[in-house]
Amino acid sequence: MQLIECPWCGPREEVEFHYGGQAHVAYPAEPAALDDREWAEYLFFRDNPKGLFRERWSHAAGCRRWFNAERDTVTYQFTRVYTAQEKGPVVR
Amino acid sequence: MPEHPDFLWRSPEPKKSYDVVIVGGGGHGLATAHYLAQNHGITNVAVLEKGWLAGGNMARNTTLIRSNYLWDESAGIYEHSLKLWEGLEEDLGYPILFSQRGVLNLAHTLQDVRDSVRRVEANRLNGIDAEWVEPDEVRKICPIVNTSSDIRYPVLGATYQPRAGIAKHDYVAWGFARRASEAGVDLIQDCEVTDFLREGNRVVGVRTTKGDIACGQVALASAGSTSVLTDKLGLRVPIQSHPLQALVSELLEPVHPTIVMSNAVHVYVSQAHKGELVMGAGVDSYNGYGQRGAFHIIERQMAAAVELFPVFARAHLLRTWGGIVDVTPDASPIVGKTPYDNVYLNCGWGTGGFKATPGVGWTFAHTIAHDAPHEYNAPFTLDRFVTGRLVDEHGAAAVAH
Repeated sequence: MQLIECPWCGPREEVEFHYGGQAHVAYPAEPAALDDREWAEYLFFRDNPKGLFRERWSHAAGCRRWFNAERDTVTYQFTRVYTAQEKGPVVR
Repeated sequence: MPEHPDFLWRSPEPKKSYDVVIVGGGGHGLATAHYLAQNHGITNVAVLEKGWLAGGNMARNTTLIRSNYLWDESAGIYEHSLKLWEGLEEDLGYPILFSQRGVLNLAHTLQDVRDSVRRVEANRLNGIDAEWVEPDEVRKICPIVNTSSDIRYPVLGATYQPRAGIAKHDYVAWGFARRASEAGVDLIQDCEVTDFLREGNRVVGVRTTKGDIACGQVALASAGSTSVLTDKLGLRVPIQSHPLQALVSELLEPVHPTIVMSNAVHVYVSQAHKGELVMGAGVDSYNGYGQRGAFHIIERQMAAAVELFPVFARAHLLRTWGGIVDVTPDASPIVGKTPYDNVYLNCGWGTGGFKATPGVGWTFAHTIAHDAPHEYNAPFTLDRFVTGRLVDEHGAAAVAH
């Protein structure tokens, strides 16, 4: 079990957190303009990189706030956590 | 345990070109190669495996075989597969220790009971053996299940599929590999596909760690690594890779005569031929390619197992491991054609690919040979995420993805 750094509460046990998938998936700016393929992309298609991934986590058993993290999907190590208001780091 | 023949398959150097290149030397890739040769006479085929043959999810799964799925589409392909399992030893001329010991899917709440009975009726309409059994019958089928009413999630009954079973996963892979190799298929290990050579809407070859290999058709059957390959093709697929852990106990006397699965408390157990209790649970929540998972998943799974099977309390856990499963939004696989003219996709089996091994090999080979889907994989197109014709097997599949 690893410690995850909540931006508000500090390092806490992994069991306190809930995973929310890919971060920075914006709701369509013009929903009515989307065709079926674009809706499918928005609803069902997410990146699935082997390496650094920016994703959403919630400190479900703590402050219950959502935040973003950059994590390596091979080592599972968190390389950065940041609030939803912050712009994400550039993933190479 | 049966004796092995001296050699199981040839290990040739790759040729310059093949009619069909299958990427992924796991169960699905090997079964596809076997049925390409046997059913369609296509033998100028290479199976490329980045590690060792059947060393990925095929070596890491819990070997359960069943077809008690809710939706007609799933029932079609999984039952087709189960029928093939029933004749597979003869077909391969190789022992696979297929043991039809039945599966109990436990119900713990009134809603579980209703959903279970519905699934039993749906199974029967599709000609699949299934019955609803009450707690006293659960106790007769598997006496060590705790059916007392004073546990946190009491057993209110179960669905039972008597034809379900287990097989020895390594022997299944080796059996397919041996027959495919005999038929002329080249099985090439330590050969990772690093890129695709494209001409317009076709892939004309693969770049590998053993050089470039030209091909007429490319079939992807690489489970958890599919996204890594499709990213190189510029093809987006709606899958997420997750670690899925399993574990075994020390060897015990035969105590567990069937397979027991529980969705609500989330554990499933069978006893292997040698005597290990083989157990699994759900996937770790986060995306991962690390072939390991978090320990708290194992802790929860053990707590559930000990409550359901009090006799397990003093058994020692011997070994845990993780595979990487590719999960789709509707918990059903993606099998069939892609936007490329000659690239075929088999992925998204989530936590349940092993049971489909012969069935998907059969239908995927058909799809490649005819450049058109087999009736059993036709519902599982990549397209369904756009058209909305999803096959939503969450929950109905009996364990979580």
